[in-house]
Amino acid sequence: MYEHDVVVVGAGGAGLRAAIAAQEAGADVAMVSKLHPVRSHTGAAEGGINAALRDADSWQDHAYDTMKGSDYLGDAPAVEALCQESPEEVIRLEHWGMPFSREDDGRVSQRPFGGLSFPRTTYAGAETGHQMLHTMYEQVVKRGITVYDEWHVMDLAVTDEDDPAERTCHGVVAYDIQSGEISGFRAENGVILATGGMGQVFDHTTNAVANTGDGVAMAYRAGVPMEDMEFIQFHPTTLPSTGVLISEGVRGEGGILYNSEGERFMFEHGYANNDGELASRDVVSRAELTEVNEGRGIEDEYVHLDMRHLGEERILDRLENILHLAEDFEGADGLTEPMPVKPGQHYAMGGIETNEFGETVIDGLYAAGECACASVHGANRLGGNALPELIVFGKRAGRHAAGEEMGEAEIETGRSGNWQPADYEFGVEVGETGGSGTAAADGGAVVSDAESVLGAAVDRAQERVDELLSRKGRNHAEIRSAVQETMTANVNVFREEGRLEETLADLREAREAYKDVAVSDPSRTFNTDLIHTIETRNILDLAEALTMGALAREEFRGAHWRKEHQERKDEDWLKHTLISWNDGEPELWYKPVVLEGENKTYEPKSRSY
Amino acid sequence: MSTQIPKQTEESSETEAETQPASKGEERRAEKRRRAAERREQRQEEEAEKAAADESTVELKVFRYDPQVEGKQEPRFDTFHVPFTKGMTVLDALMYARDTYDSSLTFRHSCRQAVCGSDAMFVNGGQKLACKTQISDLEEPVRVEPLPHAEVTKDLVVDMEHFYEQMEAVEPYFQTDEYPDGELEEQRQDRANREKIKMSTRCIWCGACMSSCNIAAGDNEYLGPAAINKAYRFAMDEREGEEMKQKRLEIIEQEHGVWRCQTQFSCTEVCPKDIPLTEHIQELKREAVKNNLKFW
Repeated sequence: MYEHDVVVVGAGGAGLRAAIAAQEAGADVAMVSKLHPVRSHTGAAEGGINAALRDADSWQDHAYDTMKGSDYLGDAPAVEALCQESPEEVIRLEHWGMPFSREDDGRVSQRPFGGLSFPRTTYAGAETGHQMLHTMYEQVVKRGITVYDEWHVMDLAVTDEDDPAERTCHGVVAYDIQSGEISGFRAENGVILATGGMGQVFDHTTNAVANTGDGVAMAYRAGVPMEDMEFIQFHPTTLPSTGVLISEGVRGEGGILYNSEGERFMFEHGYANNDGELASRDVVSRAELTEVNEGRGIEDEYVHLDMRHLGEERILDRLENILHLAEDFEGADGLTEPMPVKPGQHYAMGGIETNEFGETVIDGLYAAGECACASVHGANRLGGNALPELIVFGKRAGRHAAGEEMGEAEIETGRSGNWQPADYEFGVEVGETGGSGTAAADGGAVVSDAESVLGAAVDRAQERVDELLSRKGRNHAEIRSAVQETMTANVNVFREEGRLEETLADLREAREAYKDVAVSDPSRTFNTDLIHTIETRNILDLAEALTMGALAREEFRGAHWRKEHQERKDEDWLKHTLISWNDGEPELWYKPVVLEGENKTYEPKSRSY
Repeated sequence: MSTQIPKQTEESSETEAETQPASKGEERRAEKRRRAAERREQRQEEEAEKAAADESTVELKVFRYDPQVEGKQEPRFDTFHVPFTKGMTVLDALMYARDTYDSSLTFRHSCRQAVCGSDAMFVNGGQKLACKTQISDLEEPVRVEPLPHAEVTKDLVVDMEHFYEQMEAVEPYFQTDEYPDGELEEQRQDRANREKIKMSTRCIWCGACMSSCNIAAGDNEYLGPAAINKAYRFAMDEREGEEMKQKRLEIIEQEHGVWRCQTQFSCTEVCPKDIPLTEHIQELKREAVKNNLKFW
């Protein structure tokens, strides 16, 4: 068993920032990650970091833009924290040596991004995430923070009181990919989940193969509600064949979208008469797919993104990485021809329910970054708001977990305050299938002292691995691709009731199939077959919750479009969707959104760009 | 076509299931699982046969090794026939082979877009990132091996520890004593200076350069191109100041530092991010000489 004050799960942007913050606050910190830190998917972020750095800008304007972008489903205390603290965090990165793009006077550059009222997106070429990830890992090396890399966290060690709000997290159980050893990691003060996105729920995604939402699924099964899972961002400019991201920076610098008739459809077909290509991402994605559906797509699949008119010098200076990506992964030369693009899964707005300090309802369990839902992004995230979320909320969670006094949270977690049960009836059974062997922890052991809880969690994980390795059964890969296919076909940009119901049925079938899953590679050395099999269980749980949320939310808000419900319904739906695992019988409930900020209340307005 | 090695394991687990007293339900489930597995094996064989007969397939010869699994302890090559699709990369082909024929085929990969640096391999005799190497650019059969000059953990996975140690030996973090007064004020950096270090900051730690380097192969303590490039990234960053630059030059001038490089350019040739590694090493040599003359 390993022992530390704070254990951070995941070593991307949020995890690295959390570890640094916890260590600065005096804690003995360890990071546990299934990838080496520099392999994390933060490194693929391209566009930039929103921060109100300049005199003509203000955090209040950033907060207003973010709230509007969220379609009024962001919680004001979290949104305001993001916007107030992003500037100091960006400057801190600069002080840590991050190579930002620069102006002639040597100050960091900022550029326009979708949905922003001021060009406040700081960036490092079109490789901002790569530079940010490496800069923060450098600080982790400098500080000598312990990193257990290529250790896959399988489960949380949580006590099993009936009410999740009374449970405590004492650590995690992890599997050493290199050796096959399973070990407990005791966390004296707290566990911070920073496991990133869940893009592998879909098959056309900008996310990495490793983005299987492990932290969200673990927290869910341990009793933490998942919040607003139905809100998935589909990025309007991904390469059609691979899902590789083409940064919003291209449109920020002046790139133009054309349909097959050569029309600049964002304006000519009235999707966004003011902002055109720089409307919010949900708006642009729907516009592109509408063009394709109405027969104005190219090869019936995609549209064109043209940046040739920007000129070679500007492209090389600010978007060089885009040229490489378009060439290597689509065979297109961005300097001489338009690039084919279509919407692709990019980001999960929802995730582990937390307050503005990253605390979950379970004592000692935190979450930060994409896996968490505070909620900063509500129904739609603005471009350039993900990276600041990593550093602001990573820092907050790290400090809080290390025991720093941070005051009272405004955002409530769990079933407190004005929560309300949902009365939605799903046509298909959801949750645990009652099969043997695949049941994961759903609350922990019967004991409550830390060592026994951890010991029991280790034993369960060991049993599970032994069983998966020893028995005969089907491979997970076909189950995973069946899930990805039905999700991409039916729970995409456009959603309708019948197909969502069908998806729940498909997922039920996949759950049944998963009961027979087995790992055919018997090795204890670097058994990726085993790791992927465990991940697929996480994908299943998340896909189901996502679809449940999409069915229940009978309105059109932000990224969530419903055929039968073509308007935002503020009277009924200014509230978050929550789904509790409830020991295998998922329960849906709601809690109101917090629109009251420090000095003002954000009144919902109609959202046009 | 690769045959699954653990035949024996499979048989023994079947016997076990049969001899154990089991409830009817368990027996039924076990039977169902057995049938599903049989169906799957049959399907795999059919697909493999179909693929082998088809001309639009690509033939991969993949290095296999597992220290623990019988039949894989002696390194060998397995052949896979993968249906070719336009734009297919070596990584795509490997994933197809794994998900369709042999789930024990092991390689690191994550982002699929040449930024995580996980999947550097030895493809047809050269260090490549599998995710950005097009099958159509390669001669068949495509031979895929783990990176040379590193210990093989399993199949295409090598032990990266030594590479990481060298990276961390050059104090790979920004250091300065002089920050602007205002808390919210950034350090100034000239556009030209940012441009100068830009290429060096693109390193994704894939290890291709180190693997290609003859010197590193013969001198285990040689810092290697990636670590020296990391040192370059800081030494040339004007924000660190002159004093730090002195310190950085001392680090790279050590016995196993820049002077070991014999400018063979192999690192530069294999770098998937087009970093002019050899030039950076040469420039550091020149800086070191200039610096030494100053104190002479």
